[in-house]
Amino acid sequence: MSLVQFLVLGAFMFSLGVYGLLIRRNAVMVLLAIELMLNAVNLNLIAFEAALRTAFAGGQIFAIFVITVAAAEVGIGLAIVLLIFRNRRSANVDELDVMRW
Amino acid sequence: MVHATDGGWLAQWAWLIVVVPFLAMAVIVFFGKRMPRKGAEVAVAAMGFVFVYAAVLLILNITQGVIYEHSVQVAQIGSVSIEWGWVVDGLSTMMYFVVGTLSFLVFTYAIGYMKGDVRVTWFFAAFTFFAGSMLVLVSAPNLMQLIVGWEGVGLASYLLIGHYWEEKENSSAGMKAFYTNKIADIGLIIGAIVLGTAVGSFRYSDILDAAASNSSVLVPVAVLAGVLLFIGAMGKSAQFPFHVWLPDAMAGPTPVSSLMHAATMVTAGVYLIARMYPLYAGMASDMRVLIVIIGAITLLIAGLLAIVQDDLKRVLAYSTVSQLGYMVAALGAGGYTAGLFHLWTHAFFKGLLFLTAGSIIHAVHSNNMSDMGGLRKRMPVTFWSFTSASLALVAIIPFAGFFSKDEILATLGHSGYTWAMWIGILGAFITAFYMGRAMFLTFFGTYKGDAHVHESPAVMAVPMAILGVASLVAGWVNIPGVYEGFHHWVAVRAITFPSFASEGFDVPVMLTGLGFAIVGVIVAYVAYFRDADTQFARDRIRIPVLWPLLEHKYYLDDLYLAVLVNPIKGPIARAVNWTNSYIIDGIVNGAGVVARLVARFVYGDLDQKGIDLAVNTAAIVTGSAGEQTRRLQTGKVQQYAAMTVAGAVLLVIAIVIFT
Amino acid sequence: MMGGWFAEASNWWFLLIAVFIAFSALRVVTATNVVHSALFLVGALAGTAGLFLLLGAQFVAWVLVLVYIGAVIVLFLFGIMITRAPTGPKVEVDHSRRGFAATAAVLTFAVMVYSSVSAFGHTEVTKVGTGTATDLIGTQLMGRFVLPFEAVSFVLLAALVGGVTLARRDTPGEGEEQ
Repeated sequence: MSLVQFLVLGAFMFSLGVYGLLIRRNAVMVLLAIELMLNAVNLNLIAFEAALRTAFAGGQIFAIFVITVAAAEVGIGLAIVLLIFRNRRSANVDELDVMRW
Repeated sequence: MVHATDGGWLAQWAWLIVVVPFLAMAVIVFFGKRMPRKGAEVAVAAMGFVFVYAAVLLILNITQGVIYEHSVQVAQIGSVSIEWGWVVDGLSTMMYFVVGTLSFLVFTYAIGYMKGDVRVTWFFAAFTFFAGSMLVLVSAPNLMQLIVGWEGVGLASYLLIGHYWEEKENSSAGMKAFYTNKIADIGLIIGAIVLGTAVGSFRYSDILDAAASNSSVLVPVAVLAGVLLFIGAMGKSAQFPFHVWLPDAMAGPTPVSSLMHAATMVTAGVYLIARMYPLYAGMASDMRVLIVIIGAITLLIAGLLAIVQDDLKRVLAYSTVSQLGYMVAALGAGGYTAGLFHLWTHAFFKGLLFLTAGSIIHAVHSNNMSDMGGLRKRMPVTFWSFTSASLALVAIIPFAGFFSKDEILATLGHSGYTWAMWIGILGAFITAFYMGRAMFLTFFGTYKGDAHVHESPAVMAVPMAILGVASLVAGWVNIPGVYEGFHHWVAVRAITFPSFASEGFDVPVMLTGLGFAIVGVIVAYVAYFRDADTQFARDRIRIPVLWPLLEHKYYLDDLYLAVLVNPIKGPIARAVNWTNSYIIDGIVNGAGVVARLVARFVYGDLDQKGIDLAVNTAAIVTGSAGEQTRRLQTGKVQQYAAMTVAGAVLLVIAIVIFT
Repeated sequence: MMGGWFAEASNWWFLLIAVFIAFSALRVVTATNVVHSALFLVGALAGTAGLFLLLGAQFVAWVLVLVYIGAVIVLFLFGIMITRAPTGPKVEVDHSRRGFAATAAVLTFAVMVYSSVSAFGHTEVTKVGTGTATDLIGTQLMGRFVLPFEAVSFVLLAALVGGVTLARRDTPGEGEEQ
């Protein structure tokens, strides 16, 4: 197996995540796209770990951390979306533009 | 040649004589009001210093002779150098002594005379200023400084004559003095300029050197300069026709009349001619006949005017004019020593006469002799001083005036001006007549007024007594054939001239003059003594045509008024005013209007439309740039994310491409 | 090279799973229904876990399944439920300007692929063999990486507390008078 194939796949997932980040209107869908990006990162990490074979499994541990942080981030993100939904009765990101000129 | 030293440190420090009065003036101006005697003590102290220093210098000149001159350059205007300095030589030490002595005595007298006056401090300040200016005048080593001093004494004269300016005629008298002097000063200034430009320097030493050596630069201008300078001298020394200011100057306080208008200021003209004598004796000698004529006319007409005066001070004023005529005539005839000698003696006895007049006026509260009479017993010191001075003025031997007037008459006779000599002898008669009249009307008979008359206090009486003695002995410094000291004193100068020797005793002339004088006294006695009681004896010798002419001063004042003053006050003043209002003010206002138009243009077009436009445009551009840039801040997170991603991608592409 | 690539068995597995992942990921960002989007993400994550297994990182793979799929997606589903996201098929879920985002995505992909290929074109990934021992990960976590480990635990604590605070309903008159 070549490393490149994993990287390309990861890049694909990442690009799709970027696409979703930029076009989705629903805040939850944006968060989903972000999760996709993080997943791509994980894939990269593990692929490199497998290619480099460090003695201390750094890539895998890093990936574990990413997963953990992603989980925390999703928790907080959804809490915020919840609050916004409570205040505004809508999760449409287009309407969240108070901090502007 | 004259043998002389350079005076040593006494001459080097002689500038103190000039500076100390001005320092005193400054002290009086700033602190005088707070002093016990209102500044008078400072003034007298300063004059005392001047007197002592001048006496020392005189003694130095008498014993050793001193010729010293020092100048420092004060300014440079083009190629003309303006200098300030002082001269110590025979002529100037004599003048210093005259000024110093008379100043000291008159200032002391003034302490008593001006007591209770409304402006004592101001008076002494101005008086000290006068003394300082006079010393500037006589110490000047160049014509420019002389003119400075000349104008300074003119200013002081104006201020002091108008001392009682609350009465309009007093301030008018001051103005009359100033204007008359100023017209004559035209001659002085032009003459100075002529000489200065011809020779290239204003210094006496340079000018007189050129004169004494018949230098070619002076040939075309020597006579002209002589005439012009003499015109200046005529103004200050009250020669006909510029004499009209001196009698009116009697409006000032009597110390002023004594010091300025008898002893010192009016002698400035005589001093000037004496100072420039190498010019007058040499290259300009052709015009000297003019000087003699003017002097002779002056002494005659002024003497006649003195006969008809009721005001005691005016008698003395016309007497001064007449005596100045004698001095001027003497100088014109070549009598350098004679003219200066009469200046010397005249200062003492005429100064004294004014002081006694002031003493009388102070006691009687009136200037007019018709309010006086019989004061002999009540004011003895005044009486005897007056008598001593009168005898000197009338030129009775052995009083001072005899020697000086005799010298003048002899000079006039010996230099070919015999007609002038006879005028001088006639003048002696007239002098004796009016002085006798004055004395008899004032001191004899019964007192016609109603004031409480008493003798003056010591501060006034002592100077009078001193001058009374001086009136006797001042002439003894130049007795021809016996002791010719004065002649030698004033001959000590850097540049000399073809020497005119001191005239010897010309016995016929002397006796003739003396005789005429005695006759004059007798006539006055006859006319006034016996009837001084009952009737004012003027009516008896009232010659029909002559008397009104004299009373109206030959209608000269009216002539001047009609020809000079009223045209200037009327049409000329109006024309000048019109020119000023329409032409000059028109130009100035026009400049103002132009400035306004320019300002309007600058403001409206340049500033508002031009500069403000640029500034506002800059502001607007910045504002709109801000407006546009603001649109980035949409508040939409996805938009921000889009921009971030785009930026990151581009950055990476750039890195990939360029590495 | 391409011929040799297909010779390995693992490559065939890779290709299968990759196609699955690609399809799922695509549907995540193009689905109109939010719940479908979340479920497709599950698919993508599962595929990724498979790849991890293929690469010998078993522990990470099962952690992914447990935590990510098991907890995070469930959380998502709860969030979707509470925010009442529009779940009908006719709802507009995307912006109108897709071109810019597509361009950005394509560019991103291109750059990353180019960089990867030019840098790691010849790097081989050897099969991990028996895979990484779990106890190795454990000892590393507690040894070499103990500091990040503790930090992450703080992060989790903060997230916990923050989440609770944020989502709490404010009852009137409570907590202000102290």
